Amino acid sequence: MGADSSLVRLSLEHVTLRFGGVTALADVSLRVADHELLALIGPNGAGKTSILNCVSGLYRPQEGRIVFHDSDRTAHDLHRLAPHRIARLGVARTFQNIELFKHMTVLENLMLGRHVHMKGGVLAGGLYWGRQQNREIEHRRQVEEVIDFLNLEPYRRSAVGNLAYGIQKLVELGRALALDPDVLLLDEPLAGMNAEEKESMARFILDVHEEWGVTPVVIDHDMDVIMDISDRVVVLDFGRVIAEGRPEEVRTDPAVIEAYLGEEHHAEVPG
Amino acid sequence: MSTLPGLLLEQAKRRGDQIALREKEHGIWQAITWAEYAERVCAFSLGMTRLGLERQDRVAIIGDNRPEWLIAELAAQAAGALSLGIYQDAVAEEILHVMYVAEARVVVAEDQEQVDKILEIREKLPSLEHIIYYDPRGLFGYEAPGLVGFPEVEALGREAHSVDPEAFEEAIERIDPSDTALLGPTSGTTSRPKLAMLSHENLIEMASRLQQVDEMHPGDEFVSFLPLAWIGEQMMSVSSALSAGFTVNFPEETDTVRADLQEIGPHMMVSPPRIWENLVSEVQVMAEDTTRFKRLIYDWAVGVGEETARVRFEGRKVPRALALKRRIADLVALLPLRDQLGLRRVRYAYTGGAALGPDVFRFFHALGVNVKQLYGQTEVAGISVVHRDEDIRFQTVGTPIPGMEVRVAESGEILTRGPAVFQGYFRNPEATRETLREGWLHSGDAGYFEDDGHLVVIDRLDDVMLLADGTTFSPQFIENKLKFSPYVGEAVVFGGDQPSVTAIIAIDFDNAGQWSERNQIAYTTFTDLSQKEPVYRLIRSHIEIVNADVPAAARITRFLLLHKELHADDAELTRTRKVRRRFIAERFADLIGALYGDSPAVTVETEITYQDGRTATVEHELRIETVGQ
Repeated sequence: MGADSSLVRLSLEHVTLRFGGVTALADVSLRVADHELLALIGPNGAGKTSILNCVSGLYRPQEGRIVFHDSDRTAHDLHRLAPHRIARLGVARTFQNIELFKHMTVLENLMLGRHVHMKGGVLAGGLYWGRQQNREIEHRRQVEEVIDFLNLEPYRRSAVGNLAYGIQKLVELGRALALDPDVLLLDEPLAGMNAEEKESMARFILDVHEEWGVTPVVIDHDMDVIMDISDRVVVLDFGRVIAEGRPEEVRTDPAVIEAYLGEEHHAEVPG
Repeated sequence: MSTLPGLLLEQAKRRGDQIALREKEHGIWQAITWAEYAERVCAFSLGMTRLGLERQDRVAIIGDNRPEWLIAELAAQAAGALSLGIYQDAVAEEILHVMYVAEARVVVAEDQEQVDKILEIREKLPSLEHIIYYDPRGLFGYEAPGLVGFPEVEALGREAHSVDPEAFEEAIERIDPSDTALLGPTSGTTSRPKLAMLSHENLIEMASRLQQVDEMHPGDEFVSFLPLAWIGEQMMSVSSALSAGFTVNFPEETDTVRADLQEIGPHMMVSPPRIWENLVSEVQVMAEDTTRFKRLIYDWAVGVGEETARVRFEGRKVPRALALKRRIADLVALLPLRDQLGLRRVRYAYTGGAALGPDVFRFFHALGVNVKQLYGQTEVAGISVVHRDEDIRFQTVGTPIPGMEVRVAESGEILTRGPAVFQGYFRNPEATRETLREGWLHSGDAGYFEDDGHLVVIDRLDDVMLLADGTTFSPQFIENKLKFSPYVGEAVVFGGDQPSVTAIIAIDFDNAGQWSERNQIAYTTFTDLSQKEPVYRLIRSHIEIVNADVPAAARITRFLLLHKELHADDAELTRTRKVRRRFIAERFADLIGALYGDSPAVTVETEITYQDGRTATVEHELRIETVGQ
């Protein structure tokens, strides 16, 4: 990885999130270096998705800071921003349950992914002339790059709802990529897939990481794949970080084994 | 007489700003003019020369159909080297065989998939120096000696061109029409592929003689979607396109071919029977899935179409009333259907490589698609016999093209002589001597001429069966009839030296699956579906129809549905999807034994290799059914 690994892309500092009496995240601090593939793992309810929701602005943590460093190394306090502003800064995400417009085509869904970058008012858009036309063409070109990258050509004009689940998952990833993000938050991209689909999804995540220079943060329960592709793993349990390190370190960490299995056991953890 | 790169220069001079190639990329058809085409061939050719490519060297090319494939081929030939196309879905071992025989110095490989295969076998290919790829995706971080990107080679060549602007044309002038232009892999139904040496003259003669029969012009469209290693695709995309100046279109992805065909609306098409059979199945399934009203119209229109076609092929004039009905049928059903299939503008829809069943023929002519049979082989640079328009007979392959002599030897073997007959097999004088005797190409196909000069191809000479009652019969004939059913994927018929005829059938998973869904039959895998009782009944009813149509001795008595699809990766089919009968007979000897026994089932063992390399053996019980006579 060519980039300076000491450069921090995203950092959470002492983040605490409560829902009434329930503490979803308790004093969580973590850093994502530029160009690293970070995985968040942990049992159900550990707070993984809550972290992604805090970063993307869906939840407001009661305490702590979330800082994103853009490509110009300017720091932005994400916990004060609305979700669409966070997206425009370069933080994209996918959802655990596919959140696409099912009656719209793949192309339309991906174009919507670029929505935050679209300028021009009702008049310019309606007339579709001059600069506005060039902008649209540029957006389409970027969307086509994503289509090419994910091999979605055969489905360009198909309604998303009619596509196979594995393809919908790809479209979901494509919509996030169309945003042209620096940081990509992936919430269970492998869930519900068969072995073949998992393999190709893992391949895509690696390619996004290596060739597009995107910094992915991945949540998933498929330990084999996660341990295989990630540079660093952060383990959560009951809203706290209980371990972090390289995959092989985490795999043998007694606290992790304990959290997953409740007893001492080899860490070939659930899938 | 010119050479292929010579023709390219001529086209570039004559119609430089017209479109030579078109590739769909980013959802838009991107055009390459003849001038740009020639410029890129020039750049790539000089670039390879810079890398050390010399005259007579071999350049292997492997990948999907893209402009770079043709550019690489013509660039190699312009440098005086030979191009060698390899089927893109070939496994590493198959690639190794042809590249080893050819001693290729350069391989142009499309993408990561192909580069990986080449790297896997590289140690065994001492003569291989350069691996040039044109889709860099996933190759980031690859380090292998001699691995270089296509644009970098072109850049080298452009630099060389600016230093010596004459070098390219001079190199082309040095090639003689009698020089070998390419090595064409034979399909290899019986053995490993041999490499047929074809000269520029062979290729160009073949194309120009075909064009004496069927005119092709600049402005015509052709869609190149079959492997460019196949001679039929070479004949159109390279030799015919360069001599006639028509446009070659490349689909976006393999999965988008159908949609891309529809967008282009080609004037010519060449496909093996499989593609036409699939189209028929698709239309049949569509018709079955539609509303009753539409199906009624469809049935009526196709009926009218068939009747008209029959009258025309009998050489009679179509009666007024029928012609009127035909026009209405066209308006309400046939034209929209042709449009849907991308066949609206097609003038010549060739089928070659194997025999097309008469039912498929009849169907397309009923639709108003001019399907014509071709007959040829790699060794004649494409084809030597073709149907003439308005003189189409379902059971024949037509008459020889001008300049090609075709006769049938006493043994029943079809022999061909003429300017397109190849120069021999590369480094295989023994096979050459066997095949090429006194200028006559011995095809290994059995056939005969009808009184009106039409050639009939029966089957491979070795496959023709002697039935129990002493009559000769072609298994392919029955197989084609079986395959007309949309639910039959592949069929292999046995019966030579046996008391009766039997068949192993692989169902068409998609179509049989849809049928099962409609009939509320639950299934999981191919194996599971293939062994369902109703599926057996479905196939059996079709066999009974076929049986009613053939002589008593050739009727299928017992059959089984195979637990898997026949596949080229398992060496059961050739890369052009022809059945390798002898291999199948060996591999499924137990099944065939059981077909000639009297048990109602047979057990097969399959070895499965998991992704991590572990293997396991799975047993399946296959039912055998007896067909009432």
